[in-house]
Formats: sequence, C-alpha cells, structure tokens
Amino acid sequence: MATLLEVRDLKTHFFTQEGVVKAVDGVSYDLAEGETLGLVGESGCGKSVSALSIMRLIPDPPGKTVGGEVIFDGQDLLKLPDSQMRRVRGKQIAMVFQEPMTSLNPVLSIARQLTESLELHLDMSKPEARREAVRRLAQVGIPDPEHRIKQFPHQFSGGMLQRVMIAMALSCNPKLIIADEPTTALDVTIQAQILELMKHLSREYGVSLIIITHNLGVVARYADRVNIMYAGKIIERGTARDMYRHPSHPYTLGLLHSVPRLDLPRKEKLDPVEGQPPDLMHLPAGCAFRERCRFAIERCAEEIPPLRAVSAGHFSACFAAETLVSRTKEKGA
Amino acid sequence: MTAVEHTQTKQGDNVLIEVQNLKMYFPVTSGLLVQRTVGYIKAVDDVSFFVRRGETLGLVGESGCGKTTTGRCILQLYRPTAGTILFDGKDLCSVQGRELRGIRRQMQLIFQDPYSSLDPRMTAGNIIGEPLIVHGLSRDRREYRERVAELLSIVGLNAYMADRFPHEFSGGQRQRIGVARALAVNPQFIVCDEPVSALDVSIQAQIINLLEELQEKLDLTYLFIAHDLSVVRHISDRVAVMYLGHIVEIAERNEIYANPRHPYTQALLSAVPIPDPIIDAQRERILLTGEVPSPLNPPRGCVFHPRCWMATEECQEVIPELREVQTGHWVACMHVPGYGSP
Repeated sequence: MATLLEVRDLKTHFFTQEGVVKAVDGVSYDLAEGETLGLVGESGCGKSVSALSIMRLIPDPPGKTVGGEVIFDGQDLLKLPDSQMRRVRGKQIAMVFQEPMTSLNPVLSIARQLTESLELHLDMSKPEARREAVRRLAQVGIPDPEHRIKQFPHQFSGGMLQRVMIAMALSCNPKLIIADEPTTALDVTIQAQILELMKHLSREYGVSLIIITHNLGVVARYADRVNIMYAGKIIERGTARDMYRHPSHPYTLGLLHSVPRLDLPRKEKLDPVEGQPPDLMHLPAGCAFRERCRFAIERCAEEIPPLRAVSAGHFSACFAAETLVSRTKEKGA
Repeated sequence: MTAVEHTQTKQGDNVLIEVQNLKMYFPVTSGLLVQRTVGYIKAVDDVSFFVRRGETLGLVGESGCGKTTTGRCILQLYRPTAGTILFDGKDLCSVQGRELRGIRRQMQLIFQDPYSSLDPRMTAGNIIGEPLIVHGLSRDRREYRERVAELLSIVGLNAYMADRFPHEFSGGQRQRIGVARALAVNPQFIVCDEPVSALDVSIQAQIINLLEELQEKLDLTYLFIAHDLSVVRHISDRVAVMYLGHIVEIAERNEIYANPRHPYTQALLSAVPIPDPIIDAQRERILLTGEVPSPLNPPRGCVFHPRCWMATEECQEVIPELREVQTGHWVACMHVPGYGSP
C-alpha cells in the first residue's frame, strides 16, 4: 500500500519561563493508506502534541515545531503557507477529540457546526450542505437525523456527541482521521460502539486512522501497527501482534504486565512499573526510562538508545531488546 | 427469598455494612421564583446488599448508574430518601449531629480525582493531619507531627514531603496523599470511589497494590467503586453490577467473571478489550445497541429491557427482583435459568 503520511524526526518544544519542554523530540513514523495506527503512551509522553503538530495546531507561543518534516500526500505540511494549510485541515486530515462535550460549540446548532466545513471546503450551497450533513449523521448511526440536526450539543449524550464528531470528521472525505483519545470519556459499552463504528468506516472508505490512547486493550483490538511513546520519543514500534506477543522494550513489557487482565487467571499481586514518569523539563542523560527500568545497564546512562530493528518491521529503542525478545519467546513457547 | 431476607439472615456472618432497600431520589425543580418539583431522578432505586468485615465489594457500572450515589449514601453524605443502612448493626439514617460524626470516624472516602480532591493551598502534611484535628485525635503538636509522618510512610511517601503542596506531587503521589488522609482516623471501612481511573496505567498498579497491602495490614473493609472491570476483578472478593439505579447481579468474584448470568453483565464483560490482539479476536462480542436511558424517566419494568436481546413482553411489565439462582449468586433477570416465575 502506498504511504500516506511520513513523519520524519519531528521535534516540538515548548518554551516556558521555567525552561524548554521537549514534548516531542525526534519522532519518525509512517502510515499507509487505509491503515490504523495506534499511538500509545501515558499522559505527558507527547502523543497528543505529536498529533497536533501534524495538524499545525500547536499554540505558538509557547509551543513551536522546531524541526522535522511531515510529508502528507507528497508535500511537507510544515512548509505550507497558512492559507494552504487551512485547506488541508478538516478536508484532508480531520480530527476527533477526546471530550465531545467540550470540543463542540455549545451555542451553535449541530447543523451549523456540521455544514460549516462542507460549505467551506466543498463549496456546497446551504441546502446541499444540510442534506449532506443529514446523510452523514445517518451514516454514523444517529436516529432521526433530520430532527436531531436542529438540536444543540447539550441535547445529546456523550456517545451521541462523539458520533457527531465522527460525522464532522468524515464530512469532507478526508484521507486521514486523527482520533485523540476518542473514547476515554465514554463508558465501556459506548466505547465499543464508537470504536466499531470508526473501524467500519475506515474500512469502507479506506480512510487511514491514527488512534491516540493509553488503553492497551483498545489498541490491541483496533490497530494494525502500534507506536509506543515515552518522554517525547517512540520507544517501540511494530505490528500489534508483535508488540503484544514479543514486547521488546522494558516499558512496553512493564505496561503489559501492570494491567490486570480479564482473560488470564487473577494474579495475587500486580506488577507495576515502579517510580514516576520523568519530568520533561529535567530529563536525565541517556535513556529516559532508565530510572524505572529493571534491565538498565551502565551504557543506558551515557547514550540515548536509538530506535533499531529487532525483527522485520519491529523496532525498539533499548540496548537490551534482544534479551527481552528471546525471554518472551521462551515464555511463549 | 428476597434480597432483604437474605441479607438479614447474613447478620451473624460478620457483616459490617448492610444496605436494605436503599432509595435516593433527587428532586428536579422548575420555575424561577416558586420552585416546583416536577420529577425525581431515581439515582438509586431499591438497592440491597451487604459487605462483610475485611472483604472488598466491587461496585461496577457505567456513569450515571448510581454507584457513586450508593457510596455517598452509605457515608451519609447524602441522606437517603428511603431504606436503612446498618453499620455494625446501627442504623446510620437515624443518627445525626455529634453522634453521626463519631461514627463517621469509622468510615472514610478516597476520591477519584487526585487533582481536585486536595486543597491546593494546604501542604500535604496539613491535608493528612486535618482529620486528626477535626476528631481530636492527637494530644499535642508532637504527637500530631509523628502521626502525619507515620501516615506518609505507610502510603510510601517520605516524611519530609509533609511541607510540600499538592502541585509538587505527581498524580500517583497525590492519590497516596488521599489514601493517607482517609487512613488518618483509623477507619474500619473505606469507600474507594474510582481511586485509580484518573491515573496512568503504570501508576494504577502501584495504587492498587498499596490498597491491598493496607487492607491486609490494617484489617480494612472496602467498597470499591469503579468502571474498569479488570481492575475490579483484581481487587474484589465479591462484585455487584449496577445499571440505572438497580443492582442487576451480585456474586463472588470468580463466579461472576467466569459465569455472568445477567445479559447486561455479559455485554459489559465482552466489551472490555483484552490487550492481546490474537486472544481478543477470538472472544465473543456482544455489542449493545442504544444508550443508558435517563434516570429521570426510566423504562417500565426491567430497566435494561430496551437494550436487551433477551427481552420479552413480560420484561416491559415486571421489575425483576434480585434472587439467588445459585448459592451466593444473585441475579435480577427472569430469563436466567433457576430464577423461577416472575
């Protein structure tokens, strides 16, 4: 499949009074057409910032994308003039945000919010845009769309609003949808509905998806490939299958082991990743995960381990990756 | 045998908390000058259960199902509309004022959000020490300081951190402060209201382990309210599932996860994604349609029937009561084998 998006060495830093926060520090990945990519990490690891950087939605000041390239459909988005970037945003790349309750405008009707991008990007007339908006609402499973479109966000439930957000994202037939924690604010049964809907739509229309989440289960179910981020860097990348069966970074391993699982016998004690996530303003030299890592060696304090291949299509940024992989393989066998 | 009779027969069985037919209705008013009650939100509607001494009862359900309200009713933070809550045999709903405050010492609460539940202008030491002052538990300054230091070390923080303010701590550390505050008065019973859902995955396990260690060490009884079913399975001895103000199923942990009987429990369990793509793909999935109805206008009969694939006409008429279908396994669904006639 053809590559749709290529992020090369992206760096987004925040220049605050206390110092420079390197929220995203040298992130590279690519995304094929129709692929679903999971971007996983804990709060503050830079997963949202890296997505917002693609859309060029980082508030400046204090934030600034200081380096790298974002090649989308053959052009570098970071070099586009603002006027052209506006044509990409919402039309070719759309976003679904975490909290549907706060990301829609409470004083505008759903119709007004849905038709805006249609009129702007696709040059539709008002009645045309409205018909299209109703069609989109029906597509995402909102009952009685002709009536519902006249309503305001507060008249919808959280799950329904997230459907509206997805309808809005889909409205201009984008090539890529970035969903930033699309279901974190929703209940389990509604989460399943929304994710099934997104997966179904992405298959049907060949839209690529980037799902940003901290939920490892969501990624396992819906992503083709996964990037795990820690302290502004990708520390492991691979297919979902590789990642879960043969985790090759201690952090990934720790995450997978620390969550209680419904399908395995109950463990007497959970196995947490000890310590606290690092302060991005005062990152230690060497590997950022070193202080919480069980496999740390002296070399980890001196050099930042680069992301390198451990098997075909599976990358890890750990000096001990091979040992880890062989250990998990033994266990699995 | 109804749930109430059952819980009453359990009286001798070392029960610490017993909730009988608890109802909590919040009035909905309308009108600018003259407020008229136009309806009630039935947040908790006829709920009965008990918690044994030293055990953890998990209370799961989706947002708005009434699980937090139930916890707050037990602590008398809300005065229930109807029903009784027995704490160690004493009815909490009938005591007030000074007497209630005395009993409250035995019951504490750990909140969900460690960011908003700590006063940003108080130091960690003062936050943890405040209950000691309120309940007059330390005789002098030295004893107070020693106790605060002790509490900090119990939850895995250092004594010198007492002078820091909440913003200087990470999320996991703040939750530890919340735990220390709850422990300050040596309670017997703690309501943990989603204590880990605001924390990062790698930190959640730390707090869960801490809660378990403390339970063992201090002989605590927990009501563990959460929506994360895997976490609840890990920490609970028994689990109760709530839906729209009703308990629909209650059983021993292993029993309810291996053998869920109520259709809602089954759907809820199947909706949880497993962090392993191969295993997850093989699981059977029940995708519920529709959403949770409004508690302002709940459906007639069984509250789950509009979303239930097993619903029959009868379900629209009769509210199924909680019945024991197997020893210790209680279900409120008339289509479960062994339930009997409605």
